[in-house]
Amino acid sequence: MPVLVRIPTPLRTLTKGNAEIQAKGATIDSVVDDLERQFPGLKERLLDETGELRRFINIYVNQEDIRFLQAKKTTLKDGDEVSIVPAIAGG
Amino acid sequence: MEKLNGLRCRECGRHYPAAPVHVCEFCFGPLEVDYRYDALRGVVTRESIAAGPPSMWRYKDLLPIDGDIAVGHHVGFTPLIRARNLADELGCREVWVKNDSVCHPSWSFKDRVVAVAVTKALEFGFDTVACASTGNLANSVAAHAAEGRLKSYIFIPADLEQGKVIATLVYSPTLVAVHGTYDEVNRLCSEIADKYRWAFVNVNFRPYYSEGSKSYGFEIIEQLGWRTPAHIIVPCAGGSLITKIWKAIKELTLLGLIEGQRGTKMHAAQALGCGPIVTMIKNDTDVLVPVRPNTIAKSLAIGNPADGYYAYKVTKESGGSGEHATDEEIVEGMLLLARTEGIFTETAGGVTVAAAKKLIERGVIPRDESIVICITGNGLKTPDALQDRLDAHVKINPSLSAFDRALADLKSQTP
Ligand SMILES: Cc1ncc(COP(=O)(O)O)c(C=O)c1O
Ligand SMILES: [Zn+2]
Repeated sequence: MPVLVRIPTPLRTLTKGNAEIQAKGATIDSVVDDLERQFPGLKERLLDETGELRRFINIYVNQEDIRFLQAKKTTLKDGDEVSIVPAIAGG
Repeated sequence: MEKLNGLRCRECGRHYPAAPVHVCEFCFGPLEVDYRYDALRGVVTRESIAAGPPSMWRYKDLLPIDGDIAVGHHVGFTPLIRARNLADELGCREVWVKNDSVCHPSWSFKDRVVAVAVTKALEFGFDTVACASTGNLANSVAAHAAEGRLKSYIFIPADLEQGKVIATLVYSPTLVAVHGTYDEVNRLCSEIADKYRWAFVNVNFRPYYSEGSKSYGFEIIEQLGWRTPAHIIVPCAGGSLITKIWKAIKELTLLGLIEGQRGTKMHAAQALGCGPIVTMIKNDTDVLVPVRPNTIAKSLAIGNPADGYYAYKVTKESGGSGEHATDEEIVEGMLLLARTEGIFTETAGGVTVAAAKKLIERGVIPRDESIVICITGNGLKTPDALQDRLDAHVKINPSLSAFDRALADLKSQTP
């Protein structure tokens, strides 16, 4: 299941400057594992010690916040776009 | 005076040089301005502050500006009003209204954050500023960009009130209306901010921007005669304002300006149709569950607030609470403040008044303790919310007899 993953600036030091990465996986969980295989160290940036998504990271599948879907168990299909976005302020 | 140490991650404490960056590369925690409080102690005094200008800049030493103020010289130092009529109505002894509905120049507390962010953008050499906004931030960024002769790109949800749209367009920014919720606009902007080298006040300038909100808290304390109120009720969207008012109180304590005083309980106010922070408080959990907003309080309609976690922690640490207001209660809140104090606030102010009323009625806020209600925006920007409720005016031909008849009619109608 190749999906496109958008990498935010703070993580690009790990992806050799790449903003977009092709990854494989049927769920967010497995895409994170594939990213770790490609770019060792990335998983630790995304997940905390207990394996949960870090508090200030939001992940979107085709623009939808995965907390409105099945969180890290959200299933993916070919060509889906996964965005990793740091939380931002506003108003 | 060397007062700034650059930036520091609020979560893991890693240090970063002062730059237009907002997240910790390691843990994604928000970066905060790091002050050298030891250098400020004894230098920032009640007297030094009183000798400053009648604006937020009397607290410049506690804001992240190294050089001269570039825009918004007259922002802040808005009235703190002893609201005796409102207190009577609520059955309370001491109620104050901090009235940023008259903040110069764009009629909301957002002028405080934007004056800092745009000054900082010029300091860092940017020629374009931008923001994602629920309305008030849009007005303020466009206004200050005009003053600073900067280009501006303003992103808003397409369903924003007409008043907020006009009050942005008048300054000639590039206004981009996005078909989606604020949270979708925000996500888009974080991707735009990654791609274009602009000063996004709420993205890459967030560490500086958010500090501006502290001035609202400083002013409350100074205007109370360097006294801390027992309660402050704050409208929350992203959750930054409530967090920074709390920080302001802590800083004044640290600098020895309000020693030995009672603690202030911080209370969060949100609409029922978009109240994820208050829901955290009511469920006593630090895990935020995002919502899809559905409320007339559009300025507070952020379903995925970035500072929700910190806002929750502030209410908990201070011994405060939170309350939701329904759309009907919001309108009643706006009308109550107007009827009792002659202050016309927008829907966000209606949320705050309504939440305060409910917290008092529930006994969470005791009637004999001092209460500050934060009014942060102006009612003329959201007249639509009241349209259906305010149609009772008298129409007559220009003759005295017509008026006499109308008056007699009115008197016979009112019991
Ligand atoms: C009038 C008004 N009050 C309060 C707020 C809440 O501010 P914050 O996002 O810092 O919680 C906003 C935010 O847009 C606002 O426009
Ligand atoms: Zn960190």
